[in-house]
Amino acid sequence: MAELFIFFEQIYRILFLLIPVLVSVAMIVWLDRRVWAFVQKRRGPNVVGPFGLFQTLADALKYIFKEIIIPASSNKIIFILAPIVTMTLALIAWAVIPFSETFVLADINVGILYLFAVSSLGVYGIIMGGWASNSKYPFLGAIRSAAQMVSYEVSIGVIIINVLLCVGSLNLSDIVLAQEDLWFVIPLFPMFIIFFISALAETNRPPFDLPEAEAELVAGYQTEYSGMMYAMFWLGEYANILLMCAMGSILFLGGWLSPIDLFPFNVIPAPIWLILKILFLFILFALIKAIVPRYRYDQLMKLGWKIFLPFSLIYVVLTASFLMYFDLLPGN
Amino acid sequence: MIAHAIVFYIFSLIAIVSAIMVTVSKNTVNSVFFLILDFISISCLFIMIGAEFLGMIMLIVYVGAVAVLFLFVVMMLNVAQQKNEWFNSSGRSSHIPVGLLVSIIIFFELIIVIGGWKYKPDLLDSIAIEINTDLTNTQSLGSVIYTDYIHLFQLSGMVLLVAMIGAIVLTFRQRSGVKRQSYFKQISRDRKDGIELVDVENNKGVKIDA
Repeated sequence: MAELFIFFEQIYRILFLLIPVLVSVAMIVWLDRRVWAFVQKRRGPNVVGPFGLFQTLADALKYIFKEIIIPASSNKIIFILAPIVTMTLALIAWAVIPFSETFVLADINVGILYLFAVSSLGVYGIIMGGWASNSKYPFLGAIRSAAQMVSYEVSIGVIIINVLLCVGSLNLSDIVLAQEDLWFVIPLFPMFIIFFISALAETNRPPFDLPEAEAELVAGYQTEYSGMMYAMFWLGEYANILLMCAMGSILFLGGWLSPIDLFPFNVIPAPIWLILKILFLFILFALIKAIVPRYRYDQLMKLGWKIFLPFSLIYVVLTASFLMYFDLLPGN
Repeated sequence: MIAHAIVFYIFSLIAIVSAIMVTVSKNTVNSVFFLILDFISISCLFIMIGAEFLGMIMLIVYVGAVAVLFLFVVMMLNVAQQKNEWFNSSGRSSHIPVGLLVSIIIFFELIIVIGGWKYKPDLLDSIAIEINTDLTNTQSLGSVIYTDYIHLFQLSGMVLLVAMIGAIVLTFRQRSGVKRQSYFKQISRDRKDGIELVDVENNKGVKIDA
């Protein structure tokens, strides 16, 4: 009986995390479109609900009631699995995100590795979708995105090593607590910029949205998807973007910590700070979508392998020697 | 404990069934997907015995990078067709003995290792380094690899570097007639190189040297 009780308690805790994440994904889609419209001097979605807040819900409702079309020549099992994989991977990663010192679903030793592993698995949803569609444009999109995501993962990995050198632990709560005196965005500012750009590439956001470049590939790997399955891809994509923003704010912007430990700031509860930081990064994502033209494919690869990777490797050496010279290594 | 055992058996069952499916399934792409499932369930088993670092690295390296390249190659080349041709051709009989020999050797090696661990417990005492059980396994792995055995580690790094350079040298070919973008050339170009103003006479036209 007691085991059953623990089981249900865990389920409630998971739902208590998942439902806010899903709702905020819906809201973030609205925010993205509003920011985009704002830059282009349009109004954006403003009809459904106050300020158009319920636009995404209306869209989702429409997708649910649309017919799901499965192409006759597709590999049906993998075709149906692909959006499920994308959505699941985007959601399970939230298990390790610490919202405050006590409010974390799974406080595991290797939290940052778990996040990295889950975000690197995200490529499978796209490859599976592109291949199983058995159609040329989705396949090209999937191949492009596989190469792109694998390349930028490498530089994200090296950037994480930079942060870990300063922390001395793979636990996400430890990473946040190590920034109590100084957020890592200040000493590791170049790494923050590279992380931000790599996160754009990792989540297939403009200017690196080559997997779904509509001028060349219709809609890339999503071309053959319709109805609810398309909506799942789309929600998974935005959940991944939110996750990358959360990762950025934990690694560089001090997670749940308030910027200054003074009166009006430290009464605000910790999760609010994390949410504000995630929102800040997300608005940057949305602004970049509006103002930067799309990269060419060879430029994208050149940027990843020939500029970001060597630079972040050099920065690892620099950080390590700095910490060594001034005897700041966390283990001592 | 029962829950632990149930989860263990579920993961091992998935691992074994998917390992069999890798070799059995007709479609090569499906084989790779089963391979990925196998990797994932094995990394879950690693995490269950408390080797969380190894499990995560398994996910990142094998599933996140190596299997993606496998999929890439399998999808691009039409391997399924070649495989079927190969199975139907007479060449199969000459390869099977070699494969059998290799698998028998691996099988006996596994028996020696597992049997030694099972029936000769004093073998465990012959481990040269002290294992500090207070540290997390990330920390102890780090100190063993990067502090105690740093020279061996660097040596294996050199071997990998040689392999990498070898792969690049073997596959690299200089193609002629490929247009490449040179940022330096683009930026250092000024108005004089790009534009020429010509006064054109009526009914004469202008000659452009290509």
